[in-house]
Amino acid sequence: MTASLAAADAAGAAPGRVPAPAPATSAPPAPATPARRARGSGLLSRTAVNAVLLLVAAYTLMPLAWLVLAATKNRRDLFATDPYALGDFSLFTNLGEVFTYDDGIFGRWLANSLLYTVVGSTLSALISVACGYAFHAYGFRHKERLFGVVLAGVLVPATVLQLPLYLMASAAGAVNTYAAYLVPALVNPFGVYLARVFAEGYVPDEVLAAARVDGAGELRLFAHVSFPMLWPGFVTIFLFTFTAIWNNFYGALTMLNDERLYPVSLGLFMWNRSVYQQPELYPLVITGSLVAVVPLVLAFLGLQRFWRSGLTAGAVK
Amino acid sequence: MPRTDSADAADAAGVTGPTGPGLTEPTGPTGATRTGTGTGTGTGLTEPMGLTDPTGPGGSGGSAGPTGDTAAARRSVQPPQVGRTAGGSGAAAAGFMAPFFLLFALVTLAPTGYAAWLSLFREEQSGLGFGGAQRVFSGIGNYTEALADPLFLASFRHVAVYCTLYIPLMVGGALLLALLLDSALARARRFFQIAYYLPHAVPGLIAAMVWLYLYTPGLSPVLDLLDSAGISWDFFGRDEALLSVVNISAWQWTGYNMIIFFAGLQAVPRETLEAATMDGAGAVRIAWQVKVPSIRPTLVLTVLFTCVGAVQLFDAPQLLQLRATEMGESWSPTMYVFSAAFKRHDYGLAAASALLLALVAAAASYVVTKLGNRWRSA
Repeated sequence: MTASLAAADAAGAAPGRVPAPAPATSAPPAPATPARRARGSGLLSRTAVNAVLLLVAAYTLMPLAWLVLAATKNRRDLFATDPYALGDFSLFTNLGEVFTYDDGIFGRWLANSLLYTVVGSTLSALISVACGYAFHAYGFRHKERLFGVVLAGVLVPATVLQLPLYLMASAAGAVNTYAAYLVPALVNPFGVYLARVFAEGYVPDEVLAAARVDGAGELRLFAHVSFPMLWPGFVTIFLFTFTAIWNNFYGALTMLNDERLYPVSLGLFMWNRSVYQQPELYPLVITGSLVAVVPLVLAFLGLQRFWRSGLTAGAVK
Repeated sequence: MPRTDSADAADAAGVTGPTGPGLTEPTGPTGATRTGTGTGTGTGLTEPMGLTDPTGPGGSGGSAGPTGDTAAARRSVQPPQVGRTAGGSGAAAAGFMAPFFLLFALVTLAPTGYAAWLSLFREEQSGLGFGGAQRVFSGIGNYTEALADPLFLASFRHVAVYCTLYIPLMVGGALLLALLLDSALARARRFFQIAYYLPHAVPGLIAAMVWLYLYTPGLSPVLDLLDSAGISWDFFGRDEALLSVVNISAWQWTGYNMIIFFAGLQAVPRETLEAATMDGAGAVRIAWQVKVPSIRPTLVLTVLFTCVGAVQLFDAPQLLQLRATEMGESWSPTMYVFSAAFKRHDYGLAAASALLLALVAAAASYVVTKLGNRWRSA
């Protein structure tokens, strides 16, 4: 249901909705979108609505457009030229500098970010899916109470835990290790919540029962029957966790002070901190930001179906 | 979303019933679980679930009950479950849940407890400062110290002002955009959805950094624009900085929440809208009286998550204060905790203020949930 909703949503039509009767008058409907109400859609209000939408789109896209343009300029042009005009095209020089500065530490930061996010979100999504699935597939006493604990976990501010976590890691000698940053990221109560919602939508009780009648062990049942059915849920939770880890600047700032372990956002933050003393770092920070953003934007464009279904799962029932 | 069909659930129970060993026995507990799920567990903490929807996990949880393995599953190694009967699937349930709950205990429960313990002590330098610090029990001393600290109180004031500006602006903006996109008037919906969502794909710190540059004189096209309109504006000014932070958050989150609202609006039954049209309601009235009420649960949940996020505000102000020096290092509560812990190394004070922060977050969640529930049933 979730996936179908999301897929259909892309076309502008929710499932279960009868397509609108063809608009009798006025302008044609938006592409591939059954117009919901044709009545009263005067030319003026149509223009007004789309003008507002365009204006907001300009607001959301403007900073990204600036980032792309700024990354093509050298330091002199960055300040000398009009923000939206082109200067000498220095994108490749800038890229070269980003990846060679300080013995190419930036490449290492990118690799770290990739490691943290991919390893962290894979493990985390697996853990969440297994737990959420178990909440669906098994019954036991106090199940809902236990689930309440998980939901409470969603509301615990992560920043509150960071100091004690740091001190615990410090006592265990784990500060400045990959684990110090990764292990806390593995716990994602919202992922468990989503996984249970997905399990209830995708894994029918009949299937579980039938597989058990056939004598499938519980682990086999999960791995060969349920998990494939939960795959869209897994990807959705993976994406959620991916963003969470990629965004976890506070965690990195507290747990890591060896710059070889930095994720890219912390590295850029440190460069940016020195920018006032060393203005030659400006192009580095700007181009570095672009390099860090582009893969994410591409990933989100490519994986739209999944994040849509995830958002929908959390919101629409 | 997965609205568990009651017919299906009943069907499942019927199908699986006979196969389950010792079926008569589990019915009692299962029934109990079921009633429990419907009403929530009363911890108050399950409310977000109730908020999302009655048919969410809470509501449809019952459907998991009637499967034949209930009896077996009740045996479990998990501490919170009271096992009674033997069976392989109980161990399986525990096995599937163990990784999450072990880690949850390690990185959520234990730190919370540790913070509570830490908050009761204060470090004191012994003698001339040689021999390191000594940990001395101070009871609620750290709490009173934090609550008496003007910096700490100011940080909450900043967040309060931030919330009163940001939440109506962001949630209202997202709702308005979703309604506009959902109206028959909008074109190119797909393009707009992507354009609005893109900022959310940018990591928070990098978003803040890009805006930092857009706020910087000499770099900023925004300032050029304002200049040409004859307005002089200092994004890093004492009061303006707060607006600069609001803008960064709004840029990041409006599109994200717009998508959620839009998905909810798309699920409003077409017949309802047609009926309203037949009754002669205009587009605006339908939007306000039919569409918005139909996504109330989503709205409440969004406000709740936004509040919890707002209380933790850190990345953007931490970055801005490097430039807007008047903000100081304790501008937001989380910044205060950070600076107490990692700049002044006053762990007791940091732990106490972190817990106070958690308390405020919990209180805010509670109020939002309560008001939200009242609004939803209004």
